[in-house]
Amino acid sequence: MKFLHLIWGNLRRKKTRTILTLLSIVVAFVLFGFLSAIKQALTGGVVMEGANRLIVRHKVSIIQMLPESYKMRMERIPGVAAATHQTWFGGIYQDPKNFFMQNPVVPEEFMDMHPEMLLSPAQRQAWLTTRTGAIVGRSTATRFNWKVGDKVPIRSTIWAQKSGSFIWEFDIVGIYDGKEKNTDTTPLFFRYDYFDEARRGGTGSVGWYTIRVKDPEQAPVIAKLVDAEFENSSAETKTEPEGAFVQAWAQQVGDIALITASILSAVFFTILLVTGNTISQSVRERTGELGMLKAIGFTNVQVLGLVLAESCLLAVLGGVAGLVVAWVMTSRGDPTGGLLPLFYMPYRDLAVGVAFSVALGLVTGFFPALQAMRLQVADALRKI
Amino acid sequence: MSTQGEGNPALVDVDGVEKVFHRGSEEIHVLKDLHLKVPSGEFLALMGPSGSGKSTLLNLIGGLDRPTRGTLSIAGERVDQLSDRKLAGWRARHIGFVFQLYNLLPVLTAERNVELPLLLTHLSKAERREHVATALEVVGLSHRAHHYPRQLSGGEQQRVGIARGIVTDPTLLLCDEPTGDLDRKAGDEILELLQALNREHGKAIIMVTHDPHASAKASRTVYLNKGQLTSQPQD
Repeated sequence: MKFLHLIWGNLRRKKTRTILTLLSIVVAFVLFGFLSAIKQALTGGVVMEGANRLIVRHKVSIIQMLPESYKMRMERIPGVAAATHQTWFGGIYQDPKNFFMQNPVVPEEFMDMHPEMLLSPAQRQAWLTTRTGAIVGRSTATRFNWKVGDKVPIRSTIWAQKSGSFIWEFDIVGIYDGKEKNTDTTPLFFRYDYFDEARRGGTGSVGWYTIRVKDPEQAPVIAKLVDAEFENSSAETKTEPEGAFVQAWAQQVGDIALITASILSAVFFTILLVTGNTISQSVRERTGELGMLKAIGFTNVQVLGLVLAESCLLAVLGGVAGLVVAWVMTSRGDPTGGLLPLFYMPYRDLAVGVAFSVALGLVTGFFPALQAMRLQVADALRKI
Repeated sequence: MSTQGEGNPALVDVDGVEKVFHRGSEEIHVLKDLHLKVPSGEFLALMGPSGSGKSTLLNLIGGLDRPTRGTLSIAGERVDQLSDRKLAGWRARHIGFVFQLYNLLPVLTAERNVELPLLLTHLSKAERREHVATALEVVGLSHRAHHYPRQLSGGEQQRVGIARGIVTDPTLLLCDEPTGDLDRKAGDEILELLQALNREHGKAIIMVTHDPHASAKASRTVYLNKGQLTSQPQD
């Protein structure tokens, strides 16, 4: 700590250069924070899903329907604890940009299958007794200022009612919260019996099944058994872990991890050059001063440490400032108004960001520090 | 030829020192079989034309470089045999440097510049401050402690440089053209200060200079010419 004023003083030597380098680092880490939040929003669901749940969908495509009767057959397969289904409703509330998921489900089965969705007993009861009842996640309820008791009209882009109308009206009977921060609280769920009886076509068909297995370690075996059960039928199935299903869903956008890693690599490589150049230049400019420090007794290792500490301080200051800015900005929540419900910067990525900043300081400072360490005192003093 | 101070036992003992630099395949003999003894408490001026090897000899005595041949002892310790790391520690404890261009860090105040050698010691912050205050008082700059080098005149900057050189109470003060960048008045003040350090505080000083006026302030002058020492200037 007694060298801190010396290190800090060196950074203040060329204020404009230091500030510009610092700003470059800040921008890089703001970008890092934002991309982390986007990655979290697009792939966060993959890690949150239960290891004991499998998704069964049509073998050809998710948009192909499966018979409702499959449920009984699935529940008879050894190792399957329960099965329930969902169907993609594809509804729009007021404006197409107000996207969020709405699915018809069987309430009791669904709540039993998804304990990560927290609903009060009274609201659960209300859902069971209200045919047009729907429950909605906290974030969507907040977004549209919906309250329990509201009547919500949603226009389906797929399903028409027998009357020919695509407008479906639901009574909000409950607002659920997520057990974990990364539980998606944007979807709306309504009753399948109401949906099935009112829809004009497709009666008795569902979008996909979620099954819970008794032993997660047996999940791959059970997945094969399920697919074997429906082999050679008119609707063959593909069964996969819920995480893989969500990941496949997210990858419709692209390989998010690869895209973010590529962007960040390019950004950090540039920052590496910018910061490295700043530190190198700074060391070259004070060859004589470094020579003086060695003359008065600083060892080679101490000089190396001073330069490394300087580059680390610069990188950590910029990195932490950038992460704080990113944290504040992403804390405001989904900037798209609903497309990225899990948009937030995880603590894990904050820690990774800080580690990145230290690594950036060490890498950018390494060669200039080595150069400073190897300076011959007599030569350095001649270069004043 | 050997030059030796008389009276006190030798603080600095340069014995048969040679220094050879290599430029490609060419060997440049900068110092040749040099013998020099400097007793404790002496103020020695080292004169000679440019390229005569004055600064090289000062660098060897200060442990900034190593002789090609010969031995070099300071206060009985063979400094030519110390490792780089030990040499750095030895310099911190025994040598004070005063440079022609002061070599102050522009980003630190006078006080902080003087404190630099003390950062290598185990002194507490309060002790360091006490030492710095004393050194600045000795050079008459207590009132400029919080000024940055750019706010000081050349003479004042050199005083700060001297304060930095003496703050650890070194065995030997090595001055490389300490008045070379100053006008006559400021130069005289610096020379008087060095004299006072020598007479009143008993500091042994070796000063490289071109200036006969400066060397006149020393208690003894030796001349270096073509890598060899003499007690009289050579034409």
